[in-house]
Amino acid sequence: MNENSFIPAVVEMREATICTLRDSSLTVVENVNWSVSPAEFWVVAGQQQSGKSDLLMTAAGLLLPARGSCRVFGCETNAFGEAQLAERLRVGFVFAGGKLFSQLTVAENVALPLRYHQNLPVAELARVVEDLLEMLELTPFADTTPSNLSANWRQRAALARALILKPDLLLLDNPLGGLGARHRQWLLQFLDQLWHGHAWFGGQPLTLVAVTDDLRPWQHARRKFAVLHEKSFSVAGAWSDVASSASHAVKELLAEPAGATM
Amino acid sequence: MFSHTIFVFWPRCASPAERVRANNFDRTPAGHYAAGVRENLAKAFQLTNIQVFRHAAVPKSYTDRLGRKLFLALLTVQGLGAFALITVGVILKKFGAAHSVMQPRVRREINRAGVGLMPMFFFVALALGFLVIGQTVSALAKVGATEYLGSTMVIVIVRELGPLLTAMLVLARVGTANVIELGTARALGEVEALEALGIDPVHYLIVPRVIGMALGIFSLTIYLIIGALASGYLFAFLQNVPLTPGDYYRQIAEALNWLDFVLLALKTVAFGFFIAIVTCYHGLAQPLRLDDVSRVAVRAVTQGVVVCVLIDAVFIVLYLVT
Repeated sequence: MNENSFIPAVVEMREATICTLRDSSLTVVENVNWSVSPAEFWVVAGQQQSGKSDLLMTAAGLLLPARGSCRVFGCETNAFGEAQLAERLRVGFVFAGGKLFSQLTVAENVALPLRYHQNLPVAELARVVEDLLEMLELTPFADTTPSNLSANWRQRAALARALILKPDLLLLDNPLGGLGARHRQWLLQFLDQLWHGHAWFGGQPLTLVAVTDDLRPWQHARRKFAVLHEKSFSVAGAWSDVASSASHAVKELLAEPAGATM
Repeated sequence: MFSHTIFVFWPRCASPAERVRANNFDRTPAGHYAAGVRENLAKAFQLTNIQVFRHAAVPKSYTDRLGRKLFLALLTVQGLGAFALITVGVILKKFGAAHSVMQPRVRREINRAGVGLMPMFFFVALALGFLVIGQTVSALAKVGATEYLGSTMVIVIVRELGPLLTAMLVLARVGTANVIELGTARALGEVEALEALGIDPVHYLIVPRVIGMALGIFSLTIYLIIGALASGYLFAFLQNVPLTPGDYYRQIAEALNWLDFVLLALKTVAFGFFIAIVTCYHGLAQPLRLDDVSRVAVRAVTQGVVVCVLIDAVFIVLYLVT
């Protein structure tokens, strides 16, 4: 690749100060300087109430920084409007717990973004949804409403809903939270497949950002790590840097929770 | 993006970031006005809306309490006005957009606020006819004033009782469901999920309810009036009132004029629109927790009743003027 060629960052925050969604007067993270390049896999870790979800929502353009700037695919999130819908739809978001629409079935939840944004023929829509549900092993639950699903399958359905529009950036809010061991393992492997290039995206690698309160399951040499602690955002580097870090905050995030059994 | 339209109904001290957040709506003339009102009120009281509602101490003097009530009422009127304008804007701007999703939703709301209430309205029409019309017909016959029957029926049933009773029943049956459904969706984060998917929550959640309720109240009012007039005559007939069906309906037809039809349509559509706006505003535009939902539902129904009475008062003036 030409050294002078410029690859714009997928997400770029400059001196961004982030407040909570519920209370705009409460600052959770200050002076964030962060750049996510294409095909990177970032894991941002922080304790409960450290502002992880708010940071992620800011990166998605759902929350505006109180100060500083946030650009997504080169577009300032302050200016996000109808005209920037195409950029906005390049971002997929998986909420903690899924946040599926309770009155729709799993298949309807997954199909909704496609039905709303693309006027596909019914047969083609059904085929796309069926393929995606099968890929995520959700076919048996297609006609089930979210309230009748376990947390494991709700999370998968939320992932399917975020992938249906084939985004270029996937943001995941504590995706392993509350999952059983088998589902955790499956999800980590699936996210790695997406990162390296999955058939759903035509083999193109996907950019991923996940936030978590437990760093241990995310061990991977090529992933990048950042830590939120006491309102500050710091890039921790690769896993080797994280594992050898002397920071108390990082050690806490690597420690086994009290009372946990393996 | 779409969160900007939602958060604009959430008036607070306007920081620069929040002014940007309210950007979409604030670009319109109505938006400039609403933003100005919001900012001036916030500056004057140096309190956020949430703080006013939840944390402000109750003033000690009666005049301060009255002022606080007035301030809260102003904030509510301002919020409802902004919400109504945005909804109208979205209806006009996105008319026909995403029709494969929106058409079934609109049909569902029409069914819920109209067709689904038909059995209840059949019963209410019968009761209204027996209780009001039958007795009126009977009383007028006793004093030999049956020639005033038509105009009395038109004033009582067509202009006043029919539309208002329909609006109240739909408010109770569907309006409360709106607040609870939307409030729960908001508290569970489903609105943020819609925004994350690039779906405008006002378009997806509010527009079908507004259309459904406006058409539902309009249609139900027509059925209620027809049913009440028919059952009223039945009651009078059973009491041996000397009035033929032909005379009865001729009197009513003579008492009606074209303005009654126009104003009836406008009034019922206005009832439906504003009931939907009030209930959806309280369900969606306020930041809620699950335990807030029931309290907000009560407030929405109260305000819905007040709005209906105010609309009714406006139309009474229109009838009197014309």
